Amino acid sequence: MTEGFTAVAPDKLAVDRYAGLSAGSWRWIVALALIALAAVLPFAVSNYHVFELTLVMIYAIAVLGLNILTGYNGQISLGHGAFFAAGAYTAAILMHHYGVPYWATVPPAALICFALGVLFGLPALRFEGPYLALVTLAMALAMPQLLKYFDTWTGGQQGINLVKPVPPASLGIDRDRWLYLVVLAVLLVAMRIAANMLHGRTGRAFVAIRDQPIAAAAMGIHTARYKTLAFGTSTLLTGVAGALAAIVIGYVSPEGYSLFLSISFLVGSAVGGIATIGGAIVGGLFIQFVPNFANDISDAAPGAIYGLAMLLFMYAMPRGVVGSLGPWLARSMQQVHRLGFRRK
Amino acid sequence: MTMKQIIVRGLATAGIVLTSGLALAAGQYGPGVSDTEIKIGNTMPYSGPASAYGAIGKAETAYFAMINEQGGINGRKINFVTRDDGYSPPKTVEVVRQLVEQDQVLLMFNPLGTPPNTAIQGYLNDNKVPQLFVATGADKWNDPKHFPWTMGYQPSYRIEARIYGRYILKTLPAAKIAVLYQNDDFGKDYLIGLREALGAKADKMIIATQTYETTDPTVDSQIVSLQGSGADVLLTAAIPKFAAQAIRKVYDIGWKPTHFMTNVSSSVGAVFRPAGPEKGIGIISAAYGKDPTDPQWQDAPDFKEWLAWMKKYNSSASVADANNVYGYGVAFLLVNVLKACGNNLTRENVMKQAASLHGLVGPMSLPGIAISTSADDFAPIKQMQLEKFDGTTWQLFGEVISGSGS
Repeated sequence: MTEGFTAVAPDKLAVDRYAGLSAGSWRWIVALALIALAAVLPFAVSNYHVFELTLVMIYAIAVLGLNILTGYNGQISLGHGAFFAAGAYTAAILMHHYGVPYWATVPPAALICFALGVLFGLPALRFEGPYLALVTLAMALAMPQLLKYFDTWTGGQQGINLVKPVPPASLGIDRDRWLYLVVLAVLLVAMRIAANMLHGRTGRAFVAIRDQPIAAAAMGIHTARYKTLAFGTSTLLTGVAGALAAIVIGYVSPEGYSLFLSISFLVGSAVGGIATIGGAIVGGLFIQFVPNFANDISDAAPGAIYGLAMLLFMYAMPRGVVGSLGPWLARSMQQVHRLGFRRK
Repeated sequence: MTMKQIIVRGLATAGIVLTSGLALAAGQYGPGVSDTEIKIGNTMPYSGPASAYGAIGKAETAYFAMINEQGGINGRKINFVTRDDGYSPPKTVEVVRQLVEQDQVLLMFNPLGTPPNTAIQGYLNDNKVPQLFVATGADKWNDPKHFPWTMGYQPSYRIEARIYGRYILKTLPAAKIAVLYQNDDFGKDYLIGLREALGAKADKMIIATQTYETTDPTVDSQIVSLQGSGADVLLTAAIPKFAAQAIRKVYDIGWKPTHFMTNVSSSVGAVFRPAGPEKGIGIISAAYGKDPTDPQWQDAPDFKEWLAWMKKYNSSASVADANNVYGYGVAFLLVNVLKACGNNLTRENVMKQAASLHGLVGPMSLPGIAISTSADDFAPIKQMQLEKFDGTTWQLFGEVISGSGS
């Protein structure tokens, strides 16, 4: 089970050259092309689709956060919806009660969710696997009621209506496209930071703790510290996603952060590829589009269609879309590459 | 002026007249309307914790199916696009944007739930899309000055509480009132409405209040302490489980206040039978619609029509479920507004017609209760009638009371 999670080593081709450029350069070119495509995409589709894609990216950030914890560090969380809500309410309360501009609410949301994650991660050190899942489940169940309880701050059941962000006039683009670009920028930064962390020393420590906790500790890895760090980083990203969601949707209320949200993050994470970074985007797409698709097929039993879609994905690609297709793609690339060499 | 100039000017004028004429003709149709169709959008919790209310959406679909079979509205069929939002406000925002921007509906009709409607109110008003006859008991939908595109439907909790307050002032002017309410917006609205009706006397008359959380096991201690205050009137704003506990406890400790019970917990089956029907004798509540299980309406023409419609168009739904009465009534109201629009089916005219209802009597409403709106009154149903529990069912008494104004 565990070896299935191991990330693909993408640096095998680093020394080879193709068309005069190293594989590393090629990866950069492909990445930049994809980013450029993502940046022009909103100008080719309708406002509603721009809004949908913005939500996809927000869910991707949240799933990325969960991937760090569950995928790389092996701690299962069924409660990330609660941290998403914490981020959303941080942004909403700052905007509504203190008049903070929307863009300035994201860093405080990140900080608060990091702190919450670390605090929650400390007792969580005592729990493993399914027990931790239960503790986090409790968190997800408690959150909506806590939000109703502190109603002077949270607006109770009525929630908080937020002022709509105004795009900078000099750009001459509308709100939906502006928010899309803002969220895209945050997603790219989040993916870059996650990649740096996970492909380095810290990431190796996370994976070592997941796969061989005793051996990892014996080798001098400070298990408690890394587990807490994984928790904090994970909730930080999910909290940032929550804050962005509050800004984009313009409203927060307890009903928006039910247990189902936490579960859909986990589903998105598993479907996308649990220990991958790119899988988060596939996860975001799944969370956003599959329930709608299920509804379009059948009004009577959308839940059944959703479940069926999930089963199909997990049977066809047990390591998630990116986790299964990634290695296959890498192998194919290598083969193409070798053929290219022989021809020379 | 040369001949050429005259011709050019003449043509130009003709052109302006022609294009403005075309613009006028096109201006009579808002988005989603054609010579053969009117597209209406709706959100409902078909899934999730509030999915019992999904019956309303199904009843509305069934009502429009009947209207279409009868030839539609001025020859136009209703295309009712109803989508699931799972009672989750972020999802409601997404679904409503889809309905408005992709499906191009003329208006949003009867979206369900206070949080979902709050989430979409800004968007719909910014884009001048009618948010018509929302399905919630909150009071904030009657605010045409700030939200000219949003209109309520049923009497709000506050209106209902004002009705109790007015009745108390009239018949029990020396009352000492105790209030038991759920500690959220639903419960607080009852306290606000009661205070509004009592006016300056509120502080003197309301001598005790107690709250409960939905997580509390019982409300027994609250009832005991309210009795200890010496109150002789009790208003209970509680959901069914706690309402049943309150009825039982009040009876068991031998307290005999004039007991007012929120309409939310007036179900005989869900509240009074579990509490023990004999313990609820004399409790007063208020209603605006006919209870489909009430035997006294069996021979009423509107009940028979409703039952025939249930059998033909909505046969999978339960005839004991009051949600089917609700959906039927509110769909009737929309059809009336659309009929009144004639061939001028713009969003502006829909709001204008919806705000010009005078004494319209809906099917399955209690006798004497009528729907009225105006440019500064966006609360269609404001009247209710008091009813008293006799141990088996509710008996209406007194006149229809209006809860509007302050």
